[in-house]
Amino acid sequence: MNKNLDLFLTFMKIGAFTFGGGYAMIPLIQKEVCENKKWLDEKDISDIVAISESTPGPIAINAATFVGYKTAGFSGACMATLGVVLPSFLIISLISLILTQFQSIRAVRYAFMGIRAAVLALILKALWMMFNQVKKKKKPFSYAIIGLSLVLTAFLEIDAVFVIIGCGLFGLIWSLLKRKEQSNGAD
Amino acid sequence: MVLIKLLLSFLKIGAFTFGGGYAMIAMIQAEAEHQGWLTQEELVDFVALSESTPGPLAVNMATFVGMRTGGVLGAIIATLGIVLPSFIIILIIAKFFEKYKKSKAVGGIMSGLKPAVVGMIGAAFITVARTVFFPSGVNVSLFSSASFWIFLGLFAVTTVLAFQKVHPIKIILLSAVVGIGAGYGLGL
Repeated sequence: MNKNLDLFLTFMKIGAFTFGGGYAMIPLIQKEVCENKKWLDEKDISDIVAISESTPGPIAINAATFVGYKTAGFSGACMATLGVVLPSFLIISLISLILTQFQSIRAVRYAFMGIRAAVLALILKALWMMFNQVKKKKKPFSYAIIGLSLVLTAFLEIDAVFVIIGCGLFGLIWSLLKRKEQSNGAD
Repeated sequence: MVLIKLLLSFLKIGAFTFGGGYAMIAMIQAEAEHQGWLTQEELVDFVALSESTPGPLAVNMATFVGMRTGGVLGAIIATLGIVLPSFIIILIIAKFFEKYKKSKAVGGIMSGLKPAVVGMIGAAFITVARTVFFPSGVNVSLFSSASFWIFLGLFAVTTVLAFQKVHPIKIILLSAVVGIGAGYGLGL
């Protein structure tokens, strides 16, 4: 089969069968791309995770573009990305059409009242998982940034773009200063 | 004009969110409020629907908001907006990957970004909590209302389930059933 078409179909399958996005997708990508198709090896998968974490945007898109590019260049990147997006796009478009019709039903309204409480629980869990990742490093600096970005976005309503740029710059400067300190200490 | 605004907003969201879907909620909420796309309740409902349908959370939310504000064309444009920054950045990085991976500057920037993402998810938690528990502001009568305590209890139970690694879809289904029961039972 044509490699571009194969990439498209493989990523469409991945997009159609993973719930909860990003990280849930990684094992499936590994199975399809490494074991079944043998496009990439296992080491590439850990690269994909590292790269997706350190670049902006949805992890699934980052991963699809990266695998597509490595496998078949620019056209591969286009096909894999299109494939992973298409199922979501079609399903959501359909649902949002239906939803408008169903929202007036009382039972649906009640159901969503319950679901909102569950969404809060899911956010809390995501928060806990991300917090644990940061906690491993045990830096007081990290806790300061957590507090700062929380207050800035939740209470002062500062644009998240500025918070992201500011914290990234702060991390960069901090790490440069630290390195300088260490090299001075070594002298 | 609506379409251009959609495109710009989602380009911005796509270019500046790290750490996946939940970190995006704070930014989508700010944009949605600013542009008057959705209410706070609708946004929370979208998060739930995005969790219960396959595919990346961010793409799902972009398609939803786009469809709601600009029809099919809006959905295409919002989805394109959220995908494009990732796509372009990855294409650039894939070429220089070995250098990028070892770059100390990237490591330094990430040491600031990761905790910032935690803070932003925290902010999303606070705003969603406000919507769920205090839809009409905090007042004394709230604590004597049965619905407040039912949803607080539901939040506690679903939190335990989420930490027990129960699948999000099962948690959402359960809470929908409880919501329907409570709604009819209390005659809300």
